[in-house]
Amino acid sequence: MGDLLAVVVDGLIYSSWLFVVAAGLTIVYGVMRILNMAHGSLYALGAYAAASLAGAWMAGGRSPAGTYAMLLAAALLVGLVMGPLVERGLLRLVYGRDEVVMVLVTYALFLILEDAVKLAWGVESYFVTEPYQLLGTVEVGPLSYPVYSGVIVLAAVATAAGLRWGIYKTSYGKLLIAVIHDREMAAAMGINVGRVFLATFTLGTMLAALAGALTAPSVSVVPGMGVEVIVLAFAVVVIGGLGSMPGAALGALIVGVVRSAAVHFLPQVELFSIYLVMALVLAFRPRGLFVAAEVRKI
Amino acid sequence: MKNGIGSQILSAAMAVALLGAPAAAGAQAPAPAPAAAPAAPAPAAEAKPFKLGVVTFLSGAAAGPFGVPARNGAEVLVEALNAGKVPAPYAKKGFGGRAIEVVFIDEAGGTTKQVSEYRDLVQRQNVDAVIGYISSGDCLAVAPVAEELKKLTVFFDCGTPRIFEDASYKYVFRTSAHAAMDNVAAALYVAEMKPKLKKVAGINQNYAWGQDSWNDFEATMKAIRPDVQVTTSQMPKLGAGQYGAEVSALMAGSPDVIHSSFWGGDLDAFVLQAGPRGLLKKSTAVLTCGETATHKLGGQLPDGTVIGARGPHGVYAPDNELNRWFRTVYQDRNGLFPNYPAYHMVQAILGLKSAYEKAQGGTDAVPTQDAVIGAFEGITFETPSGTIALKLGKGHQAVEETVYGVTKTVGGKLTFANVKRFPADKVNPPEGAKSVDWIKTSFKPAK
Repeated sequence: MGDLLAVVVDGLIYSSWLFVVAAGLTIVYGVMRILNMAHGSLYALGAYAAASLAGAWMAGGRSPAGTYAMLLAAALLVGLVMGPLVERGLLRLVYGRDEVVMVLVTYALFLILEDAVKLAWGVESYFVTEPYQLLGTVEVGPLSYPVYSGVIVLAAVATAAGLRWGIYKTSYGKLLIAVIHDREMAAAMGINVGRVFLATFTLGTMLAALAGALTAPSVSVVPGMGVEVIVLAFAVVVIGGLGSMPGAALGALIVGVVRSAAVHFLPQVELFSIYLVMALVLAFRPRGLFVAAEVRKI
Repeated sequence: MKNGIGSQILSAAMAVALLGAPAAAGAQAPAPAPAAAPAAPAPAAEAKPFKLGVVTFLSGAAAGPFGVPARNGAEVLVEALNAGKVPAPYAKKGFGGRAIEVVFIDEAGGTTKQVSEYRDLVQRQNVDAVIGYISSGDCLAVAPVAEELKKLTVFFDCGTPRIFEDASYKYVFRTSAHAAMDNVAAALYVAEMKPKLKKVAGINQNYAWGQDSWNDFEATMKAIRPDVQVTTSQMPKLGAGQYGAEVSALMAGSPDVIHSSFWGGDLDAFVLQAGPRGLLKKSTAVLTCGETATHKLGGQLPDGTVIGARGPHGVYAPDNELNRWFRTVYQDRNGLFPNYPAYHMVQAILGLKSAYEKAQGGTDAVPTQDAVIGAFEGITFETPSGTIALKLGKGHQAVEETVYGVTKTVGGKLTFANVKRFPADKVNPPEGAKSVDWIKTSFKPAK
């Protein structure tokens, strides 16, 4: 019984983290049809920015509670700087090309950013442990969990709710849906598609950086931390269906719970379990769980 | 309609993500940057400088904890050797009077890349010898190539026992002990520390290093304490970073001891996530590579955590003149104390120097490579980590003593208590034996 509870709690925490990581990837693909390989680098940039900002904050002898604000500030900063920079400076030039070209372009960007991070921060590890440790732990059954994991769960719920509200309940969201369904027709109707793309990519970048910033307190920020994330995020969005936000949520939930069950009951197959699920889903639903034959939703 | 394209993209992207990206983690490293030896003064003798290729991680996850400290160790030592400022018995400049010129190569990028880097070092850059390799995979891949190209090559840090247990080499040496002793000694240490030990668990990375480490630890433990039960053996992926479920699974079994050979960012993340949840207080963690984490993360480790340094290095290094000298020059230059990979690097360079000068036989002549190899085999030499002897692998593989201790914070400063030294012949297999067989047959339950 305790085991099952632990599987559910661990699975939920891990799923939430996965969803936060995959949300930016999904929105960018859903609207722009760009499979953003640089997502992992933007995630790493968010983590590095969070570590640097929180470090500067603490160095001023200020209250450690302010580090939470620094995490959010890091996500905003990276999103507002890198989003427009990459979209205007690079992606704009290759719009309309084959989707495979986009994968290669963003993969090149991933390699460039990985090196840029190394130039800026070196290969040393960075820590921003305050946000994780300030909140303490809570007993769930026989085990104790960090309260900070609850912050990740909240962030996932807030991200999902915010995106849903933004897409379905705002006028800008309606423009977005129009662009998703037919880019050319939307442009003909007077929608500034370029601006929609700029806003979407900036949002996607911000979400990637937010995932990195929220992860930073529980890890040491080191070179290469973005690589793992791309692979996992892909597994998640592929299971759910590329570009589908409910798909990403369900994909994250499935991967999280399956992995957690494997860790608790059969640790030998932990790694394999994620890809087994992915293979099974793709065998029966080649486009993922949430992508219907014709209409794409986000 | 567009979904057909979608699935094409998907397969392309998955191929890049699953295959390309991990390799790229290292591949993003720039082409080898030939760094000149640190400001070498004019060569002491007329002979041209000894060109030494040094391969260590300068990018990727292993750079911070291992690769860069090793490079820093090489830099301070070579600079001092060229200036003739190293204490006895290494006062002679460079290698036997010849200045040393170092070419640094980044070890990141995987074995295929390293084999071509190695060929480039030997065939195009014409180095006189190569010192290198932290990754066991790279050591296993480079050893046969060294043999093929007939170039003296010294492995300084990689841990796999298989190099000289599965093959025999003329041109390859390893001046640090292999990893069997780390896990054998870890088991001996915790068994002695906890006479009532009943349950153990492990968390190790899911690749050769993590699996070998756990297997050696588990085998030793089963041999000396047959009644000990393993609650769980977790094997997360290298670089996973999120260990919430693993920590829960470890806690659920309430083991007395948790074995881990984690290193680098994974070790940091595990300590950061397990510490606040109380796991490291409820169970005693034995971290075989823990020393590299203590320098930055010491405050996060609860008292009583068992820390290893893969030999008598770092905080466990003996108090001899070479060590006092090395700690001082390293700290003056880098602002940090050297960790064990820095000590391993120094061992390799001093081992090569000892062999070179032994081959000279007291003259200033330039010895042939075969003469250096002849002198290297079975050599015994002094290092900041004490005396090193190449006793295994027909005189090509070093044995060392190893050391474990537990953390103890005194007045806010991390210290090490209950430090126990395990003599080399107690924790290394004898010549000719394979580590796995030796562990199974030579350890008996203690009374």
